[in-house]
Amino acid sequence: MSGSTDLWTLLIIVGLAAVTVLTRSFFFISSKPWKLPHWAQRGLQYAPIAALAAVIVPEMVMTQGQFISTWQDARLFAVAAGAAWFFWRKGAGQAVLGTIVAGMAVYLPLHLGLGW
Amino acid sequence: MFFLRSHYRHPEFRQGAIDALGVAPGLAAWGLMTGVAMMKSGMSTFEALLMTLTVYAGSSQLAAVPLLTAGAPMWVILATACCVNLRFVVFSAHMRPYVMHLPRWQRLVTGYLTADLSYVQFTKRFPHVGSDAAHRRAQQAYLAGNCGVNWVAWMGCSVLGVVLANFIPTHWGLGFAGILALLGILCSLASSQLRLVSAGVAGAAAVAAFALPFKLNILVAIAAAVALCLILEETRRPQQEQA
Repeated sequence: MSGSTDLWTLLIIVGLAAVTVLTRSFFFISSKPWKLPHWAQRGLQYAPIAALAAVIVPEMVMTQGQFISTWQDARLFAVAAGAAWFFWRKGAGQAVLGTIVAGMAVYLPLHLGLGW
Repeated sequence: MFFLRSHYRHPEFRQGAIDALGVAPGLAAWGLMTGVAMMKSGMSTFEALLMTLTVYAGSSQLAAVPLLTAGAPMWVILATACCVNLRFVVFSAHMRPYVMHLPRWQRLVTGYLTADLSYVQFTKRFPHVGSDAAHRRAQQAYLAGNCGVNWVAWMGCSVLGVVLANFIPTHWGLGFAGILALLGILCSLASSQLRLVSAGVAGAAAVAAFALPFKLNILVAIAAAVALCLILEETRRPQQEQA
């Protein structure tokens, strides 16, 4: 065990857990019959991929809030290798697992070996 | 939920678990590095473990931890977490018809346990809400198997990260495996031209709007991508009907 624990921090952590429950089940709370408008239902088929891209693209091409200015970045090659693996396997079987393994196999040597 | 007998006995439970196993290594590495990051920020072991076991949301933990150790006011920390988690509100609107037959406490537990990867894999496997009780049970069983594996992979490695924080340097960049897991899922969703457009627009918008506070760039990016795809869908429709 390390560090000192204070009550206020624990309270905030409990609050954060409540935020997780509230946001993840926001539209599950009310039992009243209610339907999304039609346009929103159609829009939802584009939402998951948009959310993923919005989360990961900045993590691939930005460093400390700045767009990277070099191509010597291990992440770019890892992403290319991972995506290439996925489409080579046509997404069959455990293609996502292959994406992770192929990507890290490119990332770690470039990142740790060459310092990219 | 994975602790309900009627769920883990169902064949779909296994399928959900297998799908989740494909992304589990990425999730595990990401969980590990989240555990390490919490400890390196100066939280106590007890605080880090409590956060891991209760909050169960990597992105909001990573956003909240620096604020927490900097002594930011409680409302700022909670507001930040809310904004980072806003995408889950969108997901819950999508998932609502799939779970409304359940009692409320089960809906809340299901929501709490359904993180990004489970939501994406679930809606990919079941584009439509089950029409009868048997279908709905199969869907819930799949979700339970999927969420169960994700929970174990994330929690196990996050706790490991907290315990081993002093032995795992962050500069190794192991957390990047989590990004690659999300990349794999993104590729598996890219099933139509408009979805590719959605990914491209959202990625570019998230980078362009990165300076926004509270990670609001993610929500802005989703909104921009979905709106543009709806407009494109509208303009394409007359051509398709002629063809």
